[in-house]
Amino acid sequence: MTEAPAEFLAPRRRFQVLRRLARHRSFRIGFVIVVLLTLAAIFAPLITSFDPTAMRARIRFRPPQEAYWFGTDNFGRDVFTRCLYGARLSLTIGLGVALLSGVVGTAAGIVSAQFRRLDAMIMRLMDGLMAFPAIILAIGLAAAMGPNIGSLIVALSVAYIPRTARIVRASALVVRELEFVDAARVSGASSLRIIWKHLLPNCMGPLLVQLTFVFAYAILAEAALSFLGIGPPPPAPSWGNIIAEGRDQAVDAWWIMFFPGLAISLATLGMNLLGDGLRDVLDPRLKVET
Amino acid sequence: MTTPLLAVRDLTVQFRTDAGWLTAVENVGFELGAQETLGIVGESGSGKSVTALSLLGLHAASTTRLPTGSIDYAGQNLLKLPERAMRRIRGGEIAMIFQDPMSSLNPVLTVADQISETVMLHQGLDRAAARKRAVGLLDMVRIADAAHRVDAYPHQLSGGMRQRVMIAIAIACRPKLLIADEPTTALDVTIQAQILDLLRELQAELGMSVILISHDLGVIAEFARRVMVMYAGRVVEAAPSRALFRQPMHPYTSGLLAAIPPLDHDVTRLSTIAGSIPDPARRIPGCRFSPRCAEVEAACRETAPDLVTVGAGHLARCPPRLHRMAAP
Amino acid sequence: MRMLRRLLLRLGQAIPVILVVAVLAFFLMHLLPGDPAAVIAGPEAGAEAVERIRRQLGLDRSIPEQLLVWLWHLAQGDFGTSIIHNQSVLQALADRMPVTASLTLVAFAMTIPIGIVLGVAAAKFRNTWVDSAVMLMALIGVSVPGFWIAILSVILFSVTLGWLPASGYVPLSEGVWPWLRALIQPAAMLALFQIGFLARMARSATLDVLDQDYIRTARAKGVSEWRTIAKHAFRNTLIPVVTTTGIILSLLMGGSVVIEQVFAMPGVGRLIVQAILTRDYPMVQGTLLALAFLFVAINLMVDIVYTWVDPRVRYD
Repeated sequence: MTEAPAEFLAPRRRFQVLRRLARHRSFRIGFVIVVLLTLAAIFAPLITSFDPTAMRARIRFRPPQEAYWFGTDNFGRDVFTRCLYGARLSLTIGLGVALLSGVVGTAAGIVSAQFRRLDAMIMRLMDGLMAFPAIILAIGLAAAMGPNIGSLIVALSVAYIPRTARIVRASALVVRELEFVDAARVSGASSLRIIWKHLLPNCMGPLLVQLTFVFAYAILAEAALSFLGIGPPPPAPSWGNIIAEGRDQAVDAWWIMFFPGLAISLATLGMNLLGDGLRDVLDPRLKVET
Repeated sequence: MTTPLLAVRDLTVQFRTDAGWLTAVENVGFELGAQETLGIVGESGSGKSVTALSLLGLHAASTTRLPTGSIDYAGQNLLKLPERAMRRIRGGEIAMIFQDPMSSLNPVLTVADQISETVMLHQGLDRAAARKRAVGLLDMVRIADAAHRVDAYPHQLSGGMRQRVMIAIAIACRPKLLIADEPTTALDVTIQAQILDLLRELQAELGMSVILISHDLGVIAEFARRVMVMYAGRVVEAAPSRALFRQPMHPYTSGLLAAIPPLDHDVTRLSTIAGSIPDPARRIPGCRFSPRCAEVEAACRETAPDLVTVGAGHLARCPPRLHRMAAP
Repeated sequence: MRMLRRLLLRLGQAIPVILVVAVLAFFLMHLLPGDPAAVIAGPEAGAEAVERIRRQLGLDRSIPEQLLVWLWHLAQGDFGTSIIHNQSVLQALADRMPVTASLTLVAFAMTIPIGIVLGVAAAKFRNTWVDSAVMLMALIGVSVPGFWIAILSVILFSVTLGWLPASGYVPLSEGVWPWLRALIQPAAMLALFQIGFLARMARSATLDVLDQDYIRTARAKGVSEWRTIAKHAFRNTLIPVVTTTGIILSLLMGGSVVIEQVFAMPGVGRLIVQAILTRDYPMVQGTLLALAFLFVAINLMVDIVYTWVDPRVRYD
């Protein structure tokens, strides 16, 4: 694969990539799902007139009906409203984890590839992190740092950094060995310039694919952590803690835990579809048949 | 002339691609008698390998439109043969060896496994007998220490030896026809000659017909009595090799001939044909070779020339050259 | 023998990872904002109790000193002691491990055959309804939160239909059937995500293999389509699949934390969650570390299996 990496940023190629993405069926479905959920999260106050945390004893445990699409919970809160506001938290965490683990993972991977003396050290650190099952590591970290959004993002990011770092390092190592990078090096280009002009652009494809999947995992992991009581504390709604709260009434008032779970599934499905599409189009090594 | 062993008529093969249906082979026809040798020559993308794969029905069903035309072998049309019957032909009656012996052998199976499979399948030998046969076949393809090598995995053998193993697999059931698709391209020059010698000897010994496919007209000339030249999915010239060398009737053939390095003296510069084979997705009006042809005329770019007889057993698809020959 | 040498080499490579893991687990405790002793003791604790915990955990010493003590204890097989139960971490783990191991292994035993068969079938019938159906199922499997589907499953199979127990664990010593009956639902829920993951992975691995020249060779020999897949493609497909089994085991054990909570199973996952909720940090730290060690060991084992599957590695 000796494709010039800078091509990824070249306008013509970029246009082609966009066109192929637009034609990719699962990418299109995923894109629509993710955009709709994002819009719903942003415009939550416009979509619903209820307050996600206001309790009203008169309307407890109402099953889904015209006024309360997803029913109400044991405090008389509208589950649909809580799911909408929960989307804000879940998507924020997903995005935060994708960005933070992306930035740190990319830095670690690039440094590993470019400065070979640090490679062994960084990679052993990553191996060490990877030895912990991701969710358990996140649980430990989140517990240690306290139950708030920030620590949750950091905890989940740490869990997903090693994989991202490995992917970036592998892509960077491939370009590093190509002739034009050698040429740049010989002609006195600085390490920073080589990283910026050559290594980074070539890692973008696999990185983007990876981060979409990290986004999906983060949504699932946030839900799991909230369910265990280690997520953002109630009453602020997150999809995970709505399920956790609704769990005891799951038999009699199934709607409380059913709809947020559906929302998680939909969001994760959307991100996974996006990731599949990006992988097919951007990552030539994983080329998929027509 | 008696009925030939193999007669291909109007073979056309199309593939599905992102850009629609693409014709890889168009109206190809040829005949091959028992124990005869046919050479097919052309650049990569000329359709020569696709033609060979069609003989065995080895195209991926999901991306290939059913080939049209006919392939008559021993009184039956292979294109119409049901899959079960076709499987008996593959490896039993018609065998094939491929270009890259590195990737054509299964890395997780031993040489013995891969050779015995064919004879167990087609001749019903049991495991022990098949293994014994495998050793015998390795001897036949001149692999030293066959009894020991038979238990090796492909990665433990050299490239030349792997190609010998491929040949052993191919001749295991004494096929009537052997198709060798660029059998020497991936090998060192010295090994190439050995493999070609081996093929020639085995052909005489087993009385097989052989179709040898190569991009190298030199290799073909050494081996085949008849040669068929393909370009962009079409046959552009077909002739007995001697006639072809003496009097090429297509500019593309001339170009290929000029590109053969002479054996008797060193050359500093070899002739090459300008340009490269056209993108099969792009339709070229008229003669498909016209964009690269040094002798191109205006008419060449408009109407596609037919394949016409220009001599005894000699066909070519270039009217201008024929005219020039006829009227000096 | 070469295989032994490779094993020793891998063992050598595992040592730095084990060290890194130990140090990481140590610093976990020091991530606690403020005074760890005070956090662990809880807001209601008096100064005296805080002081007692500080001494008990050795937090009154300097950090490098603490690290050395921690490593020294580890070297002797001491993973720490719970500050709540006065039980050693290893003892607690030994009590809980059979539950988690049973759950994980049963889930693993479901994941591997089902995931591989689905993936290979999808590849074999690519671009047909079989492929679409399998891939849709796999996609749903990796998108649905396991604990949620587990709760729904309990409502259906345990509460409504009454077919399977809703919670609890039955030790193997009480018979294989009761043990399996208690495990089947939680293990299936745990395996769901991994089955989807593995099916997707096995599909693309098989597609890769089916594109290889040696598959064409097999067909040219007259080998039937099914035999080509079963004999020529399958073992080559296994090569990349085997490398992911370590990850799958790791993810299964991670997922068991959540599933144990749903099914009220007294396993390591519940131990960790309980320890976190009671701020029993030495316990959290010790269990995390023990699990990480377990994974280094599992990955070593995967490596051995890998050697067996791929002859190229065996002989190089």
